[in-house]
Amino acid sequence: MSEGKKGALGFTQDTPIERFLNGLVVENPTLVLMIGMCPTLAVTTSAINGVTMGLATTFVLALSNAVISLLRKVIPDTVRIPAFIVVIASFVTLVQLVMQAYVPVMYDALGVYIPLIVVNCIIFGRAEAYASKHNVVPSFFDGIGMGLGFTCAITVIGLFRELIGGGTMFDVQIFGEGSVVPGAVGYFFSQYQPIRIFIQQAGAFIVLAVLIAIMNQVKFNMEKKGKDTSKFGVGGCCNDIEIKDPKKVKEELLAKEKAAALETKAETIKPSDIKVPEKEPVLAEQASKAPIKEVIVPGEEDKK
Amino acid sequence: MSDMMKVSSNPHVRSGVTTSNIMMWVVIALLPAAGFGIYNFGIDALIILVLSVASTVLTEFIYEILMQKKVTIGDFSAVVTGLLLGMNLPCTAPWWLPIIGGVFAILVVKMLFGGLGQNFMNPALGARCFLLISFPALMTNFTTDTYTSPTPLAALKAGEEVSVINMIIGKIPGTIGETSMIAIVIGACILIMLGIIDLKIPGTYIASFVIFVVLFGGHGLNGTYISAQLAGGGLMLGAFFMATDYVTSPITTKGKYIYGVFLGVLTGIFRVFGSSAEGVSYAIIIGNLIVPLIEKYTIPRAFGIRPVEKKEEKKA
Repeated sequence: MSEGKKGALGFTQDTPIERFLNGLVVENPTLVLMIGMCPTLAVTTSAINGVTMGLATTFVLALSNAVISLLRKVIPDTVRIPAFIVVIASFVTLVQLVMQAYVPVMYDALGVYIPLIVVNCIIFGRAEAYASKHNVVPSFFDGIGMGLGFTCAITVIGLFRELIGGGTMFDVQIFGEGSVVPGAVGYFFSQYQPIRIFIQQAGAFIVLAVLIAIMNQVKFNMEKKGKDTSKFGVGGCCNDIEIKDPKKVKEELLAKEKAAALETKAETIKPSDIKVPEKEPVLAEQASKAPIKEVIVPGEEDKK
Repeated sequence: MSDMMKVSSNPHVRSGVTTSNIMMWVVIALLPAAGFGIYNFGIDALIILVLSVASTVLTEFIYEILMQKKVTIGDFSAVVTGLLLGMNLPCTAPWWLPIIGGVFAILVVKMLFGGLGQNFMNPALGARCFLLISFPALMTNFTTDTYTSPTPLAALKAGEEVSVINMIIGKIPGTIGETSMIAIVIGACILIMLGIIDLKIPGTYIASFVIFVVLFGGHGLNGTYISAQLAGGGLMLGAFFMATDYVTSPITTKGKYIYGVFLGVLTGIFRVFGSSAEGVSYAIIIGNLIVPLIEKYTIPRAFGIRPVEKKEEKKA
């Protein structure tokens, strides 16, 4: 990584602040990269669930990123996934036990999704794409940024789902019967009927879709104003991926197309090739069998 | 002479059938059932139908104005959606229920996916299921001044006696448009005679549903039970007016039969084994979702083209 290269939002690449903002906004894991969808859709029935889940993930993400970054030269490439799992799982166990001891209510509410942080693809993705290739400090802040980006996104989703589907906000009744808002406004609010579908699974998809649409609209508006948005949503750690020479890519594609064309040609020839020898005397059929067989074999293999 | 010299691309011969034409006939065919609903449930039913049609049409209009698209409310498809949605609500529904449903049907199910022809499920049914999941108590409150008994299907499920004659005429509690079998069949006959719908989907749907109920309903060939299952709920309205929706049903003949059987079996499963008495709307929605799959596997072979792959397999 060359010094002074511009990263997200104009900050120098791989500095803590750049990594932090990158995770929070530019490559927001939920709304831009669209990874970690399982907890995003499953636990966001309320805002407090979102906050807790997000913070637990942030903790695991930051520390596992740091440790994996420290060990990146020790871990052999071939067994890196098991090694990552061991590191991540130890932090998840830590989080799980602490939550069980100090916030048992949230522990019960989140249930199986806490141990499932181990296989959360945000954590894996960052370990694989960033922490295993970069220094400790940026990796740590990358984890914090990504984690908080995730926390913000799922808290907002949880907030809307809770408000529309249950009329509450952080368990305080805003809309619907028993609204805490006083006066005439409160009476008006208390008439609200919660739309239950938003508490259920389908509501998660609807809210998420709306948020992603807003995010895309923001991006679109920025592009209109002529700002550089090429760093948005490239996926993974985009800055490290070598951009291929367009000419080479074209050549590769052409070669592939040629190969495909050859294959289809061989297939179209087949039926007629087979038919001709059937009508001819036995000797001729035997003679022509050998070369034809070679043509048929690749097609058969494809089918199997 | 100048007309003769005009050069244009085909098609050169066009029929007078247009989208708005067809939709208008569907509206007309729905009127008997809607009219009976108003007669049966009174002014409340009329208000709900009007609100629901107004909300669907207005939503489509406002959305298209805001998005600077061509305004398509003239094709009457929004009216059909609104009417069907209203006919799928109980007359006790509060005034805002048809409005929320109408907005959801048009905005989310239809316009966001690209408007008429692009919707992946029947907008009216999508909205009905949305409301059913969101407000289960309001959507299944069929108790009015005239009717205090449960719907025939619910009564049947609880093992009570039901009157078949009342069901066929429509003097039963239920949603606004589903109660009268006679009115629905009159409307369906209009559409069938005009060639707008054919019997492939409704026929196989109803037939397979009857077979399923006979086999698994637990009452065998009991005439009262079967006719109550046919006339006591939304099956007729669903089979003739919603399963036959052009956009969300298969276009291939084989596909239509598969689709009909699929709907019949699903409805049977929901009604016989499910916890609620009704299951038509969920069955049709799930059916809508597998339509692309059905069409993919029932594409007819084009004339003159050999099924190449199959022959190869035989030879090998």
